[in-house]
This record gives sequence, C-alpha cells and structure tokens, in this order.
Amino acid sequence: MNDLPGLSRAFMTHGASFADFMARTGAPTGYPQVVAGTVDVPHATTIVALACEGGIVMAGDRRATMGNLIAQRDIEKVFPADEHTVVGIAGAAGVAVELVRLFQVELEHYEKIEGMPLTLDGKANRLAALLRGNLGMAMQGLAVVPLFAGYDLDRSRGRIFSYDITGGRYEERDHHAVGSGSVFARGSLKKLYRVGMSANDAVMAAVEALYDAADDDSATGGPDLTRRIFPVIAVADADGVRMLLDAEVGAVVQRVVDARLTHPDGPTASLPGSDS
Amino acid sequence: MSMPFYVSPEQIIKDKADYARKGIARGRSVVVLQYDGGILFVAENPSRSLHKVAEIYDRIGFAAVGKYNEFENLRVAGVRLADMRGYAYDRRDVTGRSLANAYAQTLGSIFTETAKPYEVELVVAEVGEDPQDDEIYRLTFDGSVADEHGYLAMGGHAEGIADALSRTWRPGMSLGDAVSAAVSALGASGDGPPGPAQLEAAVLDRTRPRRTFKRLSPDRIAEILGVSPAAPPAAGVAESPDLPPAEGQGA
Repeated sequence: MNDLPGLSRAFMTHGASFADFMARTGAPTGYPQVVAGTVDVPHATTIVALACEGGIVMAGDRRATMGNLIAQRDIEKVFPADEHTVVGIAGAAGVAVELVRLFQVELEHYEKIEGMPLTLDGKANRLAALLRGNLGMAMQGLAVVPLFAGYDLDRSRGRIFSYDITGGRYEERDHHAVGSGSVFARGSLKKLYRVGMSANDAVMAAVEALYDAADDDSATGGPDLTRRIFPVIAVADADGVRMLLDAEVGAVVQRVVDARLTHPDGPTASLPGSDS
Repeated sequence: MSMPFYVSPEQIIKDKADYARKGIARGRSVVVLQYDGGILFVAENPSRSLHKVAEIYDRIGFAAVGKYNEFENLRVAGVRLADMRGYAYDRRDVTGRSLANAYAQTLGSIFTETAKPYEVELVVAEVGEDPQDDEIYRLTFDGSVADEHGYLAMGGHAEGIADALSRTWRPGMSLGDAVSAAVSALGASGDGPPGPAQLEAAVLDRTRPRRTFKRLSPDRIAEILGVSPAAPPAAGVAESPDLPPAEGQGA
C-alpha cells in the first residue's frame, strides 16, 4: 500500500510498540544524533521511592543545575507514566523529560492497540529498552537514570525498579533513591523506613530524605518555604496514581521544617542496647 | 488469441460498491449518538474481546461495522497516526477531522485502485467542550465522508434503526435515556432489544480529564436499563463480530 495516499504501509503493519513504529517510519524520537564533544546542560537530581501499605510513594526535589549554577528551581521530575505507575528522572534534564514523554506514549499506545495494559514487569522492561537507546549519549555525559515504580495489579502490591545507563533493570526492595543526592537520601531512608508503613508516613519519610539530601548535596534543592516550591510527590495504589496537591505537600514540609528548627539533623533513630 | 471481455468503468465501480454494501449489510449494527455529557457508542457485539468500538485518542473514539480484520487494520493505523501527531506536536493538536481525512484518503484509494474494496463503514467521533463542539464523521467504503449531527446508525439494519432513533433521540438527553434509546432502536428490526451481554457500549465523557473514552460494562448497562445482566455467552459460542448472524436467529 506504499503507493497509495493516506495511511502508508508502516501504519498497517503488525506491532504494538510506539517507539518501534516511529523507528520504522523514520520519524524522530527522543534521541538526538550523537555528536563529538561534551556540552553543559541542565541536570536533574534526587528522586526517592518507598513501598508502603497498598502501594508506593515517589518524591523528587525541584532543582536543576548547570555546573555550579541553578538552572531551574521549580523543575518537575516525577511524572505519572500511566494509570498505575510513576517514573522519576535524574540526569540530563532535556533528554530525561523527552524519555518520559516517549515512555508515556509507549504505554498508552500499547494499551490502545492491544486493548489491555502491559504487566508491570512489561512496562519496566520497555523502559529499559528505551534507556538502552540512549547509551551513546550517556557515554558523552548526557546520562539519564530513571526510577520506576507502580502498583502491580497482578501481585496486589507496590514495586520499585532502578536502572543503570546501559538499560540494566533492577528490582529494589522497600526503598531506593537515584541522583546526586541519593547517597544521603538512602542513608536517611534506611533509618526512617518501616515495612508496611502507611502512605502518609511514607510521604513524611520521603520529604525527610529529600531534606537530608539537600542538606549535604548542593545540586539537590531543599523545600523553598518563601517561594512555596515543594517536592513533587506521587502516590500509586490500587485506585491509580495521585499527584499530591501543593497544599498537601506544603503541610508535610511545614512539619518537617518546624521539627528541624530544634533538631537540624532530623529525627534520631534509637540505638540498640544503649543506656540513653 | 482470445480477447478479454470489455467491462465499462461504470460497471466496475458499481460492482465494487454492490460487493462492499452487501458485505456491510450482513453484519450487526452500531449506533452513535450525542447525549448531554458526551458521545455514546452502542454496538451489537456478543464478543468481550473483539471490539467494534475503540479509543483512538484523548477525545476521539472509533466505531466500525463490516469485516473485522479490515476495520481493525484501520483502527490500529488511526491510533498510530494520533499518537504520532500527539507526540510530535501536542496532545491538543490531534483532531478528529485530520483522522477522518486520513481514513477517507485511505479508503478512497483502496476502493479505486485495488480489486477488492474494504467492506467497512466507520465513525470517527470527537467530543468537544460543549455539545455544539462535538464532531461526528461517518466514512463509507469508497472514502466518502459525511459530517453527522445528533445520532447515526450503520451496519445490517441501519435504516430501520436510524428511523427508530429519529423518533426517540432529542438534543441534551441524559446518558440513561440515550442508552435506552440506542438499545431499543437496535431491537427495532429484530426480535426485540438485545440484552446487556450482547452489547458493547462506550462513551466519550466530556467531563473526564485527558482520556475521555470509557467502556460501559454489561453490569453498568444493565443498571442503566434497569434489567438484570444476562449470563455472558458460553465459551465457544461467542462469535467473531464480522460474522453474519445465523439464519433465523434474532440479530
């Protein structure tokens, strides 16, 4: 049907992947051509995710940096990927946001063509494949490291997946963090995480972890009470993904900041066998 | 040496059109109608998995009658076109009009340039912010496009069903009234209205954010109609929607 006007043969061939279809038609997708040299572009930083009772919570700070400059103070790095999953991104912001856009279309496209959504593992694998396509650019400094989490309808629980720049996919237990502030966030989460904690407690732990990350990593932005810029937080459970409203996050942030006025290092964990 | 018979172009076109019309007339029917909250699609379709009504994009729905493999091909192509445009430009740049144009071009060239025309009839519907912004395009096997308003029926007994709808449909009717009108119209030409298990229904609900397409389950249809949901068809009995109803069996 190539010689007929209207929808060409590429539109009529078999397959449910949007990215593969775009490649067949020669249309441009998220990845620019690889060129020599390096560039200085905005980088997005810290994302945390926790499994909680009945689902997951994901939160990201709002800072993008370019070298030692703050490129943007209210960037969003946590997105709903589809009805039951969320994706957060760290790394080269432009490439990462485009990757998320492509991933969102990929999931919706599959769902419409096949009449049912992919399984959670299927979605996690598709993200790995899309990420692998970016390896050339990652080698030149434009790496993207996503964090993927969602509610698994088949297993009736929340699950978290991390990735490396080669598209390696790793399922995480309980909690994980990516980005420049992730080492501090992870340390914080270790002390604050409880198995089976409620979604509200998980939101509080996520805000504490991001505060600790911002405390020690200059590329992670802390909550900005003067400008009312707060972390972006998503909760995914059996009912779907919900992005928390600014007012809801603001209330949690206020509690965390108020507590830090007297305890700047945040909550203290109990020490086993200690006298005090 | 034998000479091929001469057949006039008029005859060729007429034969193709007759062939396509017969194929479409054998199948079951679909109705599309506007209600106060959006656009309703109701199809006679005992299959739960082989759909005649489908989502194309945020505000665009698709309905078809005729040969399943042919309209399924067109549906998939439409989803691809819509997703490609939405990704390349913006979600708001995907319009029902451009999709209807692409289908018209495709169906038109298949009709004139290939030996066998597609035995399908399609509807591309786009729900607007208000009822007057709703767009409903009907596409026939030869690539003709008609801009429809209010309600339409296509498939096996289209005329009788449209006739029934002309008496019951009115602007701004509720979803419940629209479903009742659609179901009784579908039964107008056969042995009474089909039960919820024989129906496939979906809406483009203008109040929903982003993706407005939503299927109505048999339970929901039964609730709207105020009847008990009939048992689903037994395994192996469900027929492919492109098959004609068996002789003597109520369609």
